Amino acid sequence: MSPTPPMSPTQPTSTTVDLDVWEIVIGLEVHTELATATKLFSSAPNHFGGEANTNIDPLTLGLPGSLPVLNEQAVELAIRVGLALNCTVQRSTFARKNYFYPDQSKNYQISQFDLPINVDGSLELPDGKVVGIERAHLEEDTGKTTHVGGGGRIHDAQHSLVDYNRAGVPLLEIVGRPDLRSADEARAYVSELRSVLVAVGASDGKMEEGSLRVDCNVSVRRRGEEEFGTRCEIKNINSLRSLGRAVDYEAARQVDLITAGDRVEQQTRHWNEDEGRTTLLRSKEGSDDYRYFPEPDLVVLDPGSEWIERVRAELPMLPADRRHRLVEQCGAGVEQAALVVERGLDELCLAAVAAGADATRTLTHAEHNLSDGRSVELDPGSFAALVKMELDGSLSATQAKTVLAELVAHGGDPTEIAAVHGFEAMDSSELDGLIDALISNHPDEWQRFCDGDGKVTGFFVGQVMKATQGKADGKVVTGLLRDRAG
Amino acid sequence: MTAGDAISIAASVRSGERSATDVLEEHLARIAEREPELHAFNLLTEEHARAAATAVDERVASGDDPGPLAGVPVAIKDNICTRGVATTCSSRILEGWKPPYDATVVERLAAAGAVMVGKTNLDEFAMGSSTENSAFGPTRNPVDPTRVPGGSSGGSAAAVAAGFAPVSLGSDTGGSIRQPAALCGVVGVKPTYGTVSRLGLVAFGSSLDQVGPFAATVADAALVSEVIGGHDPGDSTSIAAGFPDVSSRLGDGVAGLRVGVVTELTGEGTTPDVAARVRAAADALADAGATVEEISLPSVRYGLSAYYLVATAEASSNLARYDGVRYGLRVEAPTTGEMMELTRTEGFGDEVKRRIMLGTYALSAGYYDAFYNKALKVRRLLRNEFDAAYRSVDVLVSPTSPTTAFPLGARSDDPMTMYLSDVCTIVSNLVGHPAMSVPYGEGDNDMPVGVQLMAPALGEPTMFRVAAELERSLR
Repeated sequence: MSPTPPMSPTQPTSTTVDLDVWEIVIGLEVHTELATATKLFSSAPNHFGGEANTNIDPLTLGLPGSLPVLNEQAVELAIRVGLALNCTVQRSTFARKNYFYPDQSKNYQISQFDLPINVDGSLELPDGKVVGIERAHLEEDTGKTTHVGGGGRIHDAQHSLVDYNRAGVPLLEIVGRPDLRSADEARAYVSELRSVLVAVGASDGKMEEGSLRVDCNVSVRRRGEEEFGTRCEIKNINSLRSLGRAVDYEAARQVDLITAGDRVEQQTRHWNEDEGRTTLLRSKEGSDDYRYFPEPDLVVLDPGSEWIERVRAELPMLPADRRHRLVEQCGAGVEQAALVVERGLDELCLAAVAAGADATRTLTHAEHNLSDGRSVELDPGSFAALVKMELDGSLSATQAKTVLAELVAHGGDPTEIAAVHGFEAMDSSELDGLIDALISNHPDEWQRFCDGDGKVTGFFVGQVMKATQGKADGKVVTGLLRDRAG
Repeated sequence: MTAGDAISIAASVRSGERSATDVLEEHLARIAEREPELHAFNLLTEEHARAAATAVDERVASGDDPGPLAGVPVAIKDNICTRGVATTCSSRILEGWKPPYDATVVERLAAAGAVMVGKTNLDEFAMGSSTENSAFGPTRNPVDPTRVPGGSSGGSAAAVAAGFAPVSLGSDTGGSIRQPAALCGVVGVKPTYGTVSRLGLVAFGSSLDQVGPFAATVADAALVSEVIGGHDPGDSTSIAAGFPDVSSRLGDGVAGLRVGVVTELTGEGTTPDVAARVRAAADALADAGATVEEISLPSVRYGLSAYYLVATAEASSNLARYDGVRYGLRVEAPTTGEMMELTRTEGFGDEVKRRIMLGTYALSAGYYDAFYNKALKVRRLLRNEFDAAYRSVDVLVSPTSPTTAFPLGARSDDPMTMYLSDVCTIVSNLVGHPAMSVPYGEGDNDMPVGVQLMAPALGEPTMFRVAAELERSLR
């Protein structure tokens, strides 16, 4: 049984918000675990899974006398993400956030508070929208508590078990500005952010393993209003799908409250995936006083311009730039570029085009025929050769698709693969004979074709394909038919 | 009779003249005689000590040099972690806990050939000025057992004063080495913040805490400072420079040095007999060629308030980990929250609870700026004032404690009076500068008086030169 916090007094009646009247405002806080070898402040391994309480050391357990020492690799990754998000990387400090909870061994979390390492950045979404990033700061993760008995809730559990393997794992909390306006945009933002994090090697981006965790702030206001509405923070969002559902549910709940004459109270709410709704976790009045103060065991973190510039120089090309490049160099459409880059096929396409392949045909293949994950391994030269064979008529579109699938699966030479399949260029004299015979055998259909009935085109092309066992190029056949119809 | 100071002991052990085992047994005999009366130790580690002494003797026999503290018995304050040996901080809440590691300072002592004889008593979590706040009972002053030894490192001060060990380690957050050194008549040093590793020291006020030595002589204190000091990559606040060379400077004298006597710390609140000894010390330095002047540090009067905000704020956070979940005392209860509450209620003594509450309050929303932030401003103000003072003088002089040792129980019911014991010492912790207490005769009640010497950051060489001169002037 999963925990069921108290029910909200008002349940939404509508399922969708009238977006002509209302505007949804969303700001996301994304926590990402940084892919370091060791923890943020100690040499215990940073490793997912494993037997409980094996990736630990004195600091992880908060033993008396232990002290934190900042992990340089975590700082480097934080700077990488900061620069990739166009942030200013600045001199920063650590603070203690004090609260008692058994999965936090020191009963305080070392985090960055008033001076975070990264500030004032932005993230460009595939559709061109730019979302502001307020800050991206370093902090340590907590352990995991399992409550045994009493329905798995801390309140009435028989006993609780704590696994400190995750405690002290480096996190980067990326706080986005409230610039998002729909569930789709929220999903696109997280998806794009994940791509950036993976691209710079900061994270594996796995939401299901908790490497990427999303807290979602939602408010609503009437269109045209300048003031933001009161927001609620939603926790326990474990997938992009949940994020979209949670936003839509929460926006509808808030609109219903306002429409009914109530007001939205600032709350932290829990997304319940099974029930498809958010429930109250705590209201702002009950929020903790974290008693932040400067962490006296650590010194100021000032990476200096030399370090920052070295990291900047080493940054890989980011998804947005890769999309722009594909649009500029290959004439890709915006959505097509997004898809091709998401699949990581842009380098392949560019190389194939550089090797002489037609850009449009290359991108079409990448979009429709290369969804297989192994496609990134495709040899650009073979890919280019295939596109050329298709374009000069040696292969039909159908045949090209077959050869391409084989290239992805086993590699090889497209010419040889085509030969093995018996895909040989049909010269048009062979087709001419076939088509003439078809026309004389099907005079009624031919008359309809000549009268402009497009529906029979498929009939003729199909007959030719049948007779040639698919070797003919459908487009060529259509061309020959049109020639004859005058 | 052989000299009992650490340097002489190490020299004779290294030369093979005496065995480390003999040295140890002499000290254990002295402990057996007076420890029941004084209660300097929470734990005696005789077996561990005998094994360590034997190892030293074997190294000497095989021609190895066991190090500069070869065979020297040391006592370690019981808030400094010792591998496999209970470390209690004189608190019920840590009862039964044995650290899986040695503090860096303990490692360095062992590597220098020192032999740990036991863990010394302290005010619980180093919070106090008399060692009466120990969950295991008070330590008594060896000079007069009806009186307190000072605190919080009272056990370590008493151990040296009683001859249980020639040197010991304490920790100093607001005077916890210097004040008991003064009250027991021994030398006590708080080094520059960052020169001695805090790794393995159980934290009280992390931005103030420093480990330092007690010794019967200035030279021994210098040597132990050098052994335990120096950079430690395991402590982020450890400074890159090594510990300054002080031992070679002890004979340099004070001719030409400028000495400032702090007006605010020698007037009101200081008993006349203590003030007289400080004047005598200043006169002795003048006789030895130093120029002595009065110097005013007006912000020193804000020091006590600032200290009790910073130290308690940090303590409230540092002591949050003692919750019964992972180690130490656990008082069982139906829920985790109640278990934590009961454990802390039973595990901590009154003074610790008082300071946790003060610190929690100082950090609370709405009070942070009025309290904690203001305290940080006072620290900056004090630093500026000290920097200015050190442009005209090389060292500052004051009493270490406004009074000599007081009788047990005399201040137990009055926390404010107890806090005032630290008025002379806390400023050095707030500014991170080195300071030490040197015994300089007795007060009206024949109890020892300590003179405090203060120097700018990394000013230990000059500070120790002056200390050595004061020591010579008494011979």
